[in-house]
Amino acid sequence: MEITRRHLLVLLPAAAVGWKFVLAGTPEDAPNYKLSEHWWGMLIDIPKCIGCGSCVRACAQENDVPEGYYRTWVERYHVTDYQLERPQVASPDGGKQGFPPNEIGGKNFFVPKLCNHCADSPCTQVCPVGATFLSPDGVVLVDKTYCLGCRYCIQACPYGCRFLNPKTNTAEKCTLCYHRITKGLTTACCEVCPTGARQLADLKNPKDPIHEFLRTHTVQVLKPQMATGAKVFYDGMDGSVR
Amino acid sequence: MFKDVEHLIRLAAVMAIALVAFVVLRAAIVPHSFGQYGHYRGAAIAEIAARPIGFAGHDACEGCHSDVVDQKKQGKHVVVACEACHGALAKHADDPGSVTPAKLDTAVICARCHEADSAKPKWFPQVLTADHSGGLACDTCHQPHSPKIETQKIETKTKAEGKQ
Ligand code: HEC
Ligand code: HEC
Ligand code: HEC
Ligand code: HEC
Repeated sequence: MEITRRHLLVLLPAAAVGWKFVLAGTPEDAPNYKLSEHWWGMLIDIPKCIGCGSCVRACAQENDVPEGYYRTWVERYHVTDYQLERPQVASPDGGKQGFPPNEIGGKNFFVPKLCNHCADSPCTQVCPVGATFLSPDGVVLVDKTYCLGCRYCIQACPYGCRFLNPKTNTAEKCTLCYHRITKGLTTACCEVCPTGARQLADLKNPKDPIHEFLRTHTVQVLKPQMATGAKVFYDGMDGSVR
Repeated sequence: MFKDVEHLIRLAAVMAIALVAFVVLRAAIVPHSFGQYGHYRGAAIAEIAARPIGFAGHDACEGCHSDVVDQKKQGKHVVVACEACHGALAKHADDPGSVTPAKLDTAVICARCHEADSAKPKWFPQVLTADHSGGLACDTCHQPHSPKIETQKIETKTKAEGKQ
């Protein structure tokens, strides 16, 4: 059969539609992991944190975090008397090597920090190319191959949890060890935490002890006034923590 | 009715070709998984999940080092994961023959957790390491996997070291 111009007009769109189906292929196959069955968060139990920095070291090892940058870090707070508005905060090398000896009065405690994996995050909203997003199981991720390195998201994060990787020039942040939790392991930071001050929480799993904990403790999220839907819950957090 | 209807047909043809070109180009350029779950590339999720792990997890050590695990159960370090002290060892767990864990410096690793600090919770056992150890390595007196010491044992140990 000879293809006339008229035939071509019909054939081309048909081919385009067909090509889309060819490209679509099979959807992502993660054997026993269903995106819709999880909603991840974390619990930080401040009275249990000893500031050893194991989490910071483990995170850097597990995720190849460049020297001098932190996906998680530990802050040491020193609050005198009623000065809640003026805490003195130290975090030498992100707390990676622990903290220098310190015996002083006042109120002192450690606060581990990481991405809050907000359900309504400002960082994902400002991305101009759809390179950062909240996954269906509640983890804020960065698509390295799509990121332009424009730094909007770094500015948008109210918690200072993002940085630009100097090697790849793309935005980087805590993935909640997505490559581990999807295989049934806990995050590297929770794996090495010696006191259980950090605990991975699956808010969609009814058997997770997080539910009992949230019912029976006074918990708080960082900067609740930002209404970001943060999913990292802090137990026993002082009012001076920013 | 229309005298020059041919003009309209040509115009329609040009627009139809432009439309086809757009649809074809879009199909070729936009990754197929874009929009699968939202305004992003759905395949990125699987790519991020495919990263290899570095920390094998506590269960992985138990099979081969059950002696150490049992020893650890005797003391309060039962709550401390092997890799909190020994570092990421997934490679060693996969192939213990070719990847040997590095020796640890107890002066550094024990101090990170046990160095006295008023920000540490009161229930946590703390020492001023410089005063407490007298310059000796922590594992001269403490067995790292079960650190509690019966007084008798150190007396003999310290005598052997030539200290009081
Ligand atoms: C498949 C079995 C296997 C697994 C799993 C395994 N190991 Fe080992 N490990 C060995 C063997 C065999 C040696 C001795 C290797 C040598 O001497 O070179 C060893 C040696 C070690 C040593 C050094 C001992 C020394 O004399 O210095 C440490 C520390 C260690 N393992 C820790 C771990 C930890 C922590 C884990 C869990 C992440 C682990 N291993 C998992 C088999 C295993
Ligand atoms: C509190 C820190 C700590 C923890 C937790 C710990 N280790 Fe060790 N481990 C040490 C130190 C310190 C040494 C002695 C120095 C060295 O060999 O590097 C050691 C030595 C070893 C050795 C060498 C042989 C021996 O028995 O002395 C093996 C094997 C080992 N550890 C395996 C493990 C395994 C498996 C676990 C988890 C069940 C574990 N360790 C947990 C600190 C720790
Ligand atoms: C990753 C943190 C960590 C490291 C590293 C660590 N410990 Fe501990 N240590 C703990 C925890 C947690 C406890 C239990 C505290 C409790 O529950 O009271 C503990 C308890 C102890 C105790 C008290 C035991 C008892 O029965 O009262 C001693 C002694 C001790 N550790 C010595 C050491 C020595 C020596 C090393 C170095 C080989 C070391 N620790 C390394 C976390 C650590
Ligand atoms: C000269 C022997 C010796 C050395 C070296 C030594 N310790 Fe001890 N340590 C002891 C004795 C004795 C005790 C008291 C008995 C006990 O609680 O197990 C003790 C107790 C402890 C305790 C528990 C304190 C408490 O309040 O319950 C910790 C923590 C501790 N040592 C850590 C260390 C660390 C860290 C090092 C290395 C920097 C170290 N020790 C080196 C002998 C030693």
